[in-house]
Amino acid sequence: MYKVVIDGQPSEVTNGTTILAACEQLGIEIPTLCYLKHLTPEGSCRICVVEVKGARHLQIACATPCTDGMEITTMNERIYAFRHMIIELLLANHHADCFNCSANGSCKLYQYAMDYDVEQTRFEEVTKFRPKDESSEFFNYDPSKCILCRRCVRTCNQLQSNHTLSLKNRGVATWVGLPFDKLFKDSNCVSCGNCVSVCPTGALTTKASKKYRSWEVTKTRTTCPYCGVGCQMDLLVKNGKIVGVEPADGPANSNLLCVKGKFAYRFINHPDRLKTPLVRKNGVLTSTSWDEALDYVAEGIKRIKAESGPDAIAGFASARATNEDNYVFMKMMRAAIGTNNVDHCARL
Amino acid sequence: MTNSIAEVVDADAILVIGSNTTETHPVIGAKIRQAVNRGAKLIVAEPREIPLAQQAEIFLPLKPGTNVAFLNGLMNVIINEDLMDEEYVKNRTEGFEELWDIVKEYTPEKVGEICCIDPEDLKAAARIYAKAERAPIFYAMGVTQHSTGTAGVMSVANLALLCGKVGKYGCGVNPLRGQNNVQGACDMGCLPGDYTGYQKVANPEARAKFEKAWGVGLSSRPGLTITEVMDAIESGEVRCLYIMGENPMVSDPNLNHVEHALRSCELLIVQDIFLTETAELADVVLPATCYAEKEGTVTNTERRVQMIRRAVPGPGDSRDDWMILSEIMHRLGYDNEFSSPQEVLEEIARVTPSYGGFSFERLEKVQPQWPCPTPDHPGTPILHVGKFSRGERAIFKPSPCILGAELPDEEYPLILTTGRILYHYHTRTMTGKNEDLNRVVGRSFVEINPTDAAKLGIEDGGRVRVTSRRGEVEVDARVTNRVSEGVIFMPFHFVDGAANRLTNNVVDPIAKIPEYKVCAAKLRAM
Repeated sequence: MYKVVIDGQPSEVTNGTTILAACEQLGIEIPTLCYLKHLTPEGSCRICVVEVKGARHLQIACATPCTDGMEITTMNERIYAFRHMIIELLLANHHADCFNCSANGSCKLYQYAMDYDVEQTRFEEVTKFRPKDESSEFFNYDPSKCILCRRCVRTCNQLQSNHTLSLKNRGVATWVGLPFDKLFKDSNCVSCGNCVSVCPTGALTTKASKKYRSWEVTKTRTTCPYCGVGCQMDLLVKNGKIVGVEPADGPANSNLLCVKGKFAYRFINHPDRLKTPLVRKNGVLTSTSWDEALDYVAEGIKRIKAESGPDAIAGFASARATNEDNYVFMKMMRAAIGTNNVDHCARL
Repeated sequence: MTNSIAEVVDADAILVIGSNTTETHPVIGAKIRQAVNRGAKLIVAEPREIPLAQQAEIFLPLKPGTNVAFLNGLMNVIINEDLMDEEYVKNRTEGFEELWDIVKEYTPEKVGEICCIDPEDLKAAARIYAKAERAPIFYAMGVTQHSTGTAGVMSVANLALLCGKVGKYGCGVNPLRGQNNVQGACDMGCLPGDYTGYQKVANPEARAKFEKAWGVGLSSRPGLTITEVMDAIESGEVRCLYIMGENPMVSDPNLNHVEHALRSCELLIVQDIFLTETAELADVVLPATCYAEKEGTVTNTERRVQMIRRAVPGPGDSRDDWMILSEIMHRLGYDNEFSSPQEVLEEIARVTPSYGGFSFERLEKVQPQWPCPTPDHPGTPILHVGKFSRGERAIFKPSPCILGAELPDEEYPLILTTGRILYHYHTRTMTGKNEDLNRVVGRSFVEINPTDAAKLGIEDGGRVRVTSRRGEVEVDARVTNRVSEGVIFMPFHFVDGAANRLTNNVVDPIAKIPEYKVCAAKLRAM
């Protein structure tokens, strides 16, 4: 264990803890842009700088490990001015049409510009950007909003390991692109949307996100309804409807999702959802009340059981329903009907 | 899975057999690739050149239906080259002699011929797997959906045991369960021979326990599996079928047979969220809420129990499945005392030793893996550590390779194998309602090797008719080297061009799993 002092507060951290993690332990918030929990720290954006006693330069909190006896200051005039400068430099290369941006309300650059009182940049602004790529069915890419934090590139390469995104060119000409400048739809992209989920600005946004602002939605933590991995995710709800999905840091998925978990939620609000019980009358499935439908089912089961015994009835439970639903189904078949004819699609 | 998903990133070698992981379990696929990025050696044994094959150290394009020969071949090399874990085999297993009796026949040369692979690749794969300290095996329906599926699974377990890789971090026998709660539905006893937690119906003690817990006498007669039910409806033995959240009219093998059975069923009750192809045939359809509209728990492929939570109200008069079922039970003269899913889980925990430690309250904070017998038990990330469920020693269950029940012949010269694709799920009841997914892949197709395509005059993108002994469908052709000569692949998701009109409903004698992965078919350009 190392002893450190952060903003005058003494603390103990394990060997290898970064300054950023040590600050988190004390509840001290440090701004970050390129840092992401599951990626190796890159330290490219430098917004997380702090002052370390005895060090000539400011140090980046995300990639600097604590040393024994380290004394850290997380805010003073020097740090403020440094961060202010970084935001100005980023804004010089950012198409700030915030009114028209899907990330309005969730943009970290906007947030930090407000926090550090950056009203405009003193530098000559770039006006010519690479063209947008809206070819994906699921998300849009606008290079004019990109701040080159490389979260998307590193997520695509290190975590999703799909190697679709990479940095192209050098220096001021650097941009995030695809091999041979392909469009997303023509590339090896698997539409997992993990790059979109980690983008701190409006460079990568879901097609649906223009229609909701982050403050308008509530989040419900749940488990993905598709395959058996059990990814944890948040459903974003606006006015009683699911409008989007964000990955959560579950034990199985560590903030990753696939195209189905991230984007295939529209069936929930689909107009074709069944809304009333149906009973076949004169050959046609007809809307009816719960009482009538349930009586019809129960009477039918009772009659067949009386005539042919309980084993004339069989039931298929569901690998898509909950444990509780399946338990009650199994109990209905065995305890209420009296048969072991219960199975589900485990084999299919 | 005997082990946990998170362990895969620490693997030294990974064997993937019968699983197109990046498409069917994409996040586990991503984690396998993370391990490869860190230097793990990947072995892929699959009939098709799946995306993971590109990162593989060795890719073995097995002829469909030859998994057991391949696994026996790996064991043959491992034993002959003294690469087995002798200590482990001596102390923790029995039946090695019986294993050797069978696998000694499976020389690399013979296996190379059966599986259509290079014997040198088999040897190299065996060495990589056996020598690695941490080496998980991942498999899925490519191993199980055969008329010899049980032998396939046993052979996977034999291989892991032989190399001492069961009950150890970063190793294990890891089936990737398909649906979000297929593990849970099995755990909950939705199987003809099992109560919850695999307590056997055939065991009088277990039956007595549930009779006491539920306050009724229970049947000792074993139940029927899905495929058996379909036959029993046709013979008149089963007259009423209650289907909750399943769509056998797309998912079951030999759909023409299924359709005939469901149409002739006297009382068909379907409880679902959409009017599925199956619901359209029903006498009564009951509208259920979906996962985003209710509370409950689901169990993932690594046995981890996690919550689903209500985000929005259900549409119209839809109700939660458990509530509908409780109402019906009440009308049948059996009263549950449940007023919430929470109380259902409390009863599950009372009657199921492996679920004894789960409650909504606890799952809000931690999501342990079963077995988790008590509220203070941390859960079990790795099974069979130091001890197996049958006792001190695991037993080898070797099997010779028996090929698929229906092999190609002059009339049906191709092997048809089926599976899932990335952009859709199962019968598309959910994914098919998303137009963006449909625009990426909206129609059924068949993958065919360029050599076969040229012989048959089939062009990429052209319409073809695929025929088997059970039916025929028209689909788009995708001419691709992903499949070997003599093999065609179809996704089973689509109603139009349904692969399961063609598949064979022959089943494994023990697991009763249908042979979706091998049947004989022929193709004709339209």
